[in-house]
Amino acid sequence: MDWMASIQGLIGGVLIGLAAVWLMASLGRIAGISGIVSGLLLDRPQGDSAWRVAFVAGLVSGPLLLALTGSGLGNVVGQSGAVVGEPVAGVTTMLIAGLLVGVGTGIGSGCTSGHGVCGLARLSPRSLAATLTFMAAAIVTVFVVRHVGG
Amino acid sequence: MKTLMAYLAGLLFGLGLAIGGMTDPARVLGFLDLFGNWDPTLAFVMGGAVITTFIGYRWVLRQPHPLFAAGFQLPTRRDLDARLLGGATLFGVGWGLSGYCPGPAVASLAGPTPPLLALLIAMIVGWWLARQLPASSSRASSSLHRS
Repeated sequence: MDWMASIQGLIGGVLIGLAAVWLMASLGRIAGISGIVSGLLLDRPQGDSAWRVAFVAGLVSGPLLLALTGSGLGNVVGQSGAVVGEPVAGVTTMLIAGLLVGVGTGIGSGCTSGHGVCGLARLSPRSLAATLTFMAAAIVTVFVVRHVGG
Repeated sequence: MKTLMAYLAGLLFGLGLAIGGMTDPARVLGFLDLFGNWDPTLAFVMGGAVITTFIGYRWVLRQPHPLFAAGFQLPTRRDLDARLLGGATLFGVGWGLSGYCPGPAVASLAGPTPPLLALLIAMIVGWWLARQLPASSSRASSSLHRS
């Protein structure tokens, strides 16, 4: 087991948690990425867009900062120092996957951050059910792709 | 001020994703692949995030209101329905195919590639499609709590 990756995972997780707590403490909002971004792009809420734009800018500038400063704090498999990993499939697979992620998080009201982090932390039964469901679906999908189809 | 607060939250979130290895689809898929060379990193990320948020929320949600807003906006529904579970299933399949959920996908714009951009564009189309579906019977999923 790669202990360094696990320790970095724990540190990263605590930072994500602090981000979620900070967004709730300052603006009273759930840190759910699918909700924040889809709301910004599709609902155009009057007077409610600026904070979403700023949050997304921060979200991208985090990894960008690590990459540009050569911090060596990235956690990409087999590439010490790299911050953003390579996609595992081509454009066609990503179009299908993206559509599923969009439709699924759209009708399921959340993704890994909204349900998986904020919802579980609030002990929401809907978020627990959603998290167990998308985890199971993802595990089955990876099993089929890697061990059945291959 | 609200904008600055949101930027800082996003920055912390993005740093956490990158330091945790979640901007690498191989890490994410390594966790989801229980029957291969299992990578537990995602479990540490989720564990650290949920425990920190659980402790932080307990304190924050006892405050009368957020620092820079009138009230906390929290989902209030507790029932399970087909939309929630069906949506989560579709999302899980897309996540398993790509190794990207929305947060890491957006944060990975720090190092854009054609497959990533394809996924993001399709994700936005998917969000639009989801909004075209008729809403479920009890629409109120969020309400403003004022004290």
